[in-house]
Amino acid sequence: MLNFLTAAAPELFFEPANFVQNLRYMGIGMLVIFVIIGVIILATTLVGYLFSDEKQ
Amino acid sequence: MDILYQNLLAFTRYDLIMIGIGCLLIYLAIAKEMEPSLLLPMGFGTILVNIPFSDALTGPIRELYEAGIANELFPLLLFIGIGAMIDFGPLLSNPKLMLFGAAAQFGIFFTLCMASMFFPQIDAASIAIIGAADGPTSIAVANTLGSKYVGAITVAAYSYMALVPIIQPPVIKLLTSKKERQIRMPYEQKTVSKKMRILFPIIITVVASAIVPQATALIGFLMFGNLIRECGVLESLSGTAQNVLANLITIFLGISVAFNMTADQFLKPDTLLILGLGLIAFVVDTAGGVLFAKFLNLFFKKKINPMIGAAGISAFPMSGRIVHKMGLEEDPQNFLLMHSIGVNVSGQIASVIAGGIILNLFS
Repeated sequence: MLNFLTAAAPELFFEPANFVQNLRYMGIGMLVIFVIIGVIILATTLVGYLFSDEKQ
Repeated sequence: MDILYQNLLAFTRYDLIMIGIGCLLIYLAIAKEMEPSLLLPMGFGTILVNIPFSDALTGPIRELYEAGIANELFPLLLFIGIGAMIDFGPLLSNPKLMLFGAAAQFGIFFTLCMASMFFPQIDAASIAIIGAADGPTSIAVANTLGSKYVGAITVAAYSYMALVPIIQPPVIKLLTSKKERQIRMPYEQKTVSKKMRILFPIIITVVASAIVPQATALIGFLMFGNLIRECGVLESLSGTAQNVLANLITIFLGISVAFNMTADQFLKPDTLLILGLGLIAFVVDTAGGVLFAKFLNLFFKKKINPMIGAAGISAFPMSGRIVHKMGLEEDPQNFLLMHSIGVNVSGQIASVIAGGIILNLFS
């Protein structure tokens, strides 16, 4: 199947090693997203605490 | 008479296949109600651009594409409408739910690794963002990175979003036991102050943009729409953003995306591979959210129903509703809707942030 794909589409290639090389982007990406979400949760909780007495 | 059959003879089998694909998209939009607001204009646009010597391709569709997609304007304007539609109330009642939105972006980065085995890095990153389960983000990221697969990526993103009710349940069932799916999560109604609702979009914009500046436009326009909704003094603008603006941009976006749906760009084995990788992205996203909830359950006394993790995939609001429905199937007294919708809107935020991270890493 993979041979068929790469033969039918010369622009494609099959380099399994690229999977391992790109794992670092997976690590960086997930780390950054959790850091951002963590900061947002903290900020939101803090703001929620500060304005908790106000009724909607 | 020559003119008549000369034009007819100019049709190639590839043009006819693409017209068939256009008709299929229209069929799916009308008969199956799969994202009809986008698939129908896209399907019709596909027909328009695959007619030989079509002046639609060289004229209005190219102009719309250049004016609204090549510079990412349409997806961003659509975000104003989407932001105005979203109620962050359930999320603000329990901000911790945002963690599931982050976890469910795992499929994006896993697919990046998978796609990099077949495609150059830029295209792999663009394909991976199908996992954002968010059409405008997919279009904006693929365009900014200059991928030549924007058409296939858009079709995959919107098609799988429409197929979320078919894709997610088997993955969720495979990863959870019946007992886990029956975990009840009572919803504690908390009052969310108006100040909180107003400050939330500003906080998100500042925090996300400060860390990932490439996400500023994506997250900023989404949150701008939400601020219009929540400020309480722009009812008319909020209504316009939710209805007129969103509908107008959806029409233009759908028909101009078809600029990339010509036979020479679309009918390639690459497209099949992109569709396959898009499916992997959705499946791994779902698995990421569910497994993260199961992981948290190892530490929490008050157990979380792991199904709500799946709603972090974005695909708002379908994913949240599916989780709620599955909860009711397992236990008719288990109402997960508020939790799943909270996770679902957090997925919307996290997917946009993930898009910004991809841009930050590869643009």
